[in-house]
Amino acid sequence: MHGKALPYLLLMPATVFLCLFFLYPFVLVAFEAVTRDGAFTLDNFRTMAGSWKFPVTVRKTLFLAAIVVPIQLTMALLMASVVSRLQTGRSAALYVFAIPLGISDLAAGLIWLAIFDQSGFLNTLLSSLGVVDKPVMFLGYQSKLTIFIAVALAEIWRATAIMMVILVAGMGLIPREYYEAAEVFGASPWQRFARITLPLLRPSLQTAIILRVILAFEVFAVVAALGGTNLPVLMGETYNWQFTLQDRNVAAASALLILAISIGFTLFFLRVLRVPREARI
Amino acid sequence: MSAVAEAPLAAAPADARKAGDWLLIATAILLCVWVLLPIYLLIVNALSSPEQVTAFPKRFFPSFDLGSLSFFINFAGVARALWNSVLVATLTMILAIGLGAPAGYALSRFDFPGKGTFRFLVLMTRAFPLPLLALPLAVMFIRTGLDDTAIGLALVHTTLALPFAVLITFSLFSGIPVELEEAAWTLGCTRWQAFRKVILPLALPGIAASAVFAFTISWNEVFAAAVLTIENRTLTAFLLQSLGESPLYLKFAGGAALVVPALIFIFAVRKYLFAMWGIANR
Repeated sequence: MHGKALPYLLLMPATVFLCLFFLYPFVLVAFEAVTRDGAFTLDNFRTMAGSWKFPVTVRKTLFLAAIVVPIQLTMALLMASVVSRLQTGRSAALYVFAIPLGISDLAAGLIWLAIFDQSGFLNTLLSSLGVVDKPVMFLGYQSKLTIFIAVALAEIWRATAIMMVILVAGMGLIPREYYEAAEVFGASPWQRFARITLPLLRPSLQTAIILRVILAFEVFAVVAALGGTNLPVLMGETYNWQFTLQDRNVAAASALLILAISIGFTLFFLRVLRVPREARI
Repeated sequence: MSAVAEAPLAAAPADARKAGDWLLIATAILLCVWVLLPIYLLIVNALSSPEQVTAFPKRFFPSFDLGSLSFFINFAGVARALWNSVLVATLTMILAIGLGAPAGYALSRFDFPGKGTFRFLVLMTRAFPLPLLALPLAVMFIRTGLDDTAIGLALVHTTLALPFAVLITFSLFSGIPVELEEAAWTLGCTRWQAFRKVILPLALPGIAASAVFAFTISWNEVFAAAVLTIENRTLTAFLLQSLGESPLYLKFAGGAALVVPALIFIFAVRKYLFAMWGIANR
């Protein structure tokens, strides 16, 4: 009957689309990763792991995520706390903090290139302060550390907003009576933050961390803009396999690895930051 | 969404409170500078002449010379890339809303078997690095003739934008009381009339915001765009693939061309950011 069928009719286009362009490609990519010329093989993974660049790529990608995500979490918590306590200029601050949300990772890389380039603003500042005599090459092939720092800063700058918005929304759900009660009992602002905000924010923290960690393994254009090939990351290597080396089976294997790491971390954080049903607000 | 209550407390000395306020404001200003300063520096570069961009030391104020920007606009392939970006983003916007809004409406108004599965499917898309989809699709598109077309890339970008479109329209429609619709039915409207005359006008600003968001997602996407387009490159794909050889002033002008529309987009949808991301808490 009409009324019963309606919701399914409305959902159909989106469902068909997701099956065709989300589920099916994943079957394809998995299939391509474990076959070569139609025969089942694990060679693609061996080729990928056998490349001299592979260990350093995995290490740098994980290390970048391990540095960037905790700093972003701290900054996002700080931004969210500031926003929720501001009485005037609250929406202006919120808009400014949210700006990087709309900025492409490529654009973020270019923004930080303007700062770290040899003729860039950081060198101008340093030389006018007399710290350096002539402009330093921050992003050359010999300056791996400064490239890493520049990429980390660009990533922190770009993707903290996503966590901040999730956390601000989560803080809005915490009943203010809890804070009032804590104040009555003489809790300091820090105690209120540590004993009320953090525990009750756990669902949002979980979402924010999962989303951010997945994005951290997708880091690509920021690195391309700042470091080129001097800082190898997984997504960049996948791109190389596809285009420079023209081997889409290995590219698929590489994609599958990124996928596996993402799913692994998602499950890990789902478990570690699990919220018992009865503890939800 | 209320601010944390700062109820007057007799015990806390007024001085400490005042110091706390100043600290809060100082932190807010500092964080704003952290976000805005790098963008400002990019804009300074984009509004300086090519010679000034490569010169050292740099000036911290723009000279408002349009040399870099006019070089960028006249550079071979840029105008076309800009057009392709707009085209792909527009198609993504139409697809994401066209497919997502009905689903959002169904989720908000009906209870039916399979609802949980659908929500799971939508939420699952967030746990995957979606741009990687472009790799297998590249082959599929060559077979179907969709390779290197705006619509092919828009289809991939729609997988990125669709979950947001579904979730934001779901929260929009949930916020409109079903009683309004029921009242329209009792007054003789059909389901479709009630939707079009009562619900749609109320939901339109939010739908527009999620359309803008879909546009932004596509406008900003780099990896899939670079994988799937060769001749019809979007602006991001063009900039990425010319990173190696293009001069600095071209890069910065291109960066500014990416950033400035994004600033306007985010400003346009600022009210709806929470509907888009806050829903993740449910």
